[in-house]
Amino acid sequence: MTLSSTSAPAADTAAEPFTDAEVAAIRADFPILARTVRDGRPLVYLDSGATSQKPRAVLDAERDFYERHNAAVHRGAHQLAEEATDAYEAARAAVAGFVGAPADEVVFTKNATESLNLVAHAFSSATAYRALGTAEADDRFVLRPGDEVVVTEMEHHANLVPWQELCRRTGATLRWLGVTDDGHLDLADLDRVLSPRTRVLATTHVSNVLGTITPVAELAAAAHRVGALFVLDACQSVPHLPVDLPGLGVDLAAFSGHKMLGPSGVGLLWGRAEVLDAMPPFLTGGSMIETVRMEGSTYAPAPQKFEAGVPMAAQAVGLHAAVDHLTALGADGTGMARVEAHERRLVGRLLDALGELPWVRVLGPAGTAERGAVVSFVVDDVHAHDVGQVLDDDGIAVRVGHHCAWPLHRRFGVAATTRVSFGPYNTVGEVDAVVAGLHRVREVFA
Amino acid sequence: MDLYAELILEHSKRPHGAGLRDPFDAEVHHVNPTCGDEVTLRLDLDGDTVRDVSYDALGCSISRASASVLHELVVGRSVADGLAVHTAMRAMLTSRGTDPGDEDVLGDGVALAGVSRYPARVKCALLSWMAFTDALGRASVPA
Repeated sequence: MTLSSTSAPAADTAAEPFTDAEVAAIRADFPILARTVRDGRPLVYLDSGATSQKPRAVLDAERDFYERHNAAVHRGAHQLAEEATDAYEAARAAVAGFVGAPADEVVFTKNATESLNLVAHAFSSATAYRALGTAEADDRFVLRPGDEVVVTEMEHHANLVPWQELCRRTGATLRWLGVTDDGHLDLADLDRVLSPRTRVLATTHVSNVLGTITPVAELAAAAHRVGALFVLDACQSVPHLPVDLPGLGVDLAAFSGHKMLGPSGVGLLWGRAEVLDAMPPFLTGGSMIETVRMEGSTYAPAPQKFEAGVPMAAQAVGLHAAVDHLTALGADGTGMARVEAHERRLVGRLLDALGELPWVRVLGPAGTAERGAVVSFVVDDVHAHDVGQVLDDDGIAVRVGHHCAWPLHRRFGVAATTRVSFGPYNTVGEVDAVVAGLHRVREVFA
Repeated sequence: MDLYAELILEHSKRPHGAGLRDPFDAEVHHVNPTCGDEVTLRLDLDGDTVRDVSYDALGCSISRASASVLHELVVGRSVADGLAVHTAMRAMLTSRGTDPGDEDVLGDGVALAGVSRYPARVKCALLSWMAFTDALGRASVPA
């Protein structure tokens, strides 16, 4: 039910998981998956929630850009500058199309963290403009004492700390929605926490720890009912599910290139055109201006307004190849639906296996229907670092710690968890390998 | 794997000197921000002698074992000896596998030598030692 409300309409009809042969073919495109680690063991990479591996097509696209087209984007009139600019803008159009958006509603940033900081700073800049009378400011971004910023207890630090800092800069008050014992947002909090004082609600689409898919449409509607903007952290959804950002009813969304088979160094901010137009710039300087005089400057329309300096063209071009690669994983635009089905199958197999182990406690929803591609758990009497170390000795790469969601771990009374996260290249055999590894953990520390 | 020597597991399961005790001259709280491990450590001095180190360590087997070894190595000895042990421990842990540690100085602590080959775990092993030197500083002991 949650899926049908958060997925692109064309793609949530039952897509098939990849067959073994298809997964083998997918894996062959990722050079790193052929290497061994820790004394010759095959790499079992189960940390795609932190960063995905990159297919050869992405690496080739970056290399080709540097070998044939490299120039500073949006500067100069020579042929290479034209080609580099075209490649960069084609990447924008491709990424935008991947999330159902028009090209000019997508801003390239350094990473999703920068995207979220950009949005938080739009509020404090507008607030300062208004207080000082130094520039026009859109009411929706002007905070006054008593105004409230609302997040949730399951946020990654990247969707929490920027809002805490915004409150420190403006005097606004931070509030948050709680998390239930079974790992869902406590929607009973919505009526208690949201009020006409709420100016922005910022939540994750898929928890990077619990895997929970949040009811975005419902949250966005609740935010809009009280006149607040809705900001979505889509870092763990866009790489794993078909996502139509404009169709979700959100105002702004951040996601990262490196988690969706793309290079590091490129992140995305999507915003409804009218909202981006209303926002002050964040980083300023070259490229983002309209006119510059010593007394002051005016700025280019979005998205250029938010892209100061020479941008990360090669990374954007690599990301273009990444979204093409993901799309091509299924026929007729079903690529992401098949990725979702495949990863859901792996999550289901892992949850079933962990359910058999009385000494393992899984955090988050019990079933797969309301889960993305991550599973976090604790092993009785064994610290997550020790779990991860023993798995690493078997060549299995998982994430251990608080996964940049310390308040959420505190909520569940644990210092750290072990997290398995999937990508399209993971196999059923790798799920079994991690389960076997956990038995070894138990032997070492029992 | 050489990380989890039997001695390390033994110290982590049955840590020496665990728990917080009174009286104390300084109390410090250190965290490892990458994993959320925490240690609260109290130092009780008798002149130039470390009378007691008591601690509450929340963390992995390596960090708990290291705190246990710390207690074993520094309690009842001079502050100068404690600092010398710290120096030797730090040198071994940050050696990337090149310094096996001197058992005469580090006792059971040499079992932590394997940690130095796992850079991500060095902080786990150093956490309580950093807390110890911090506590010495706060207790205003001339180093």
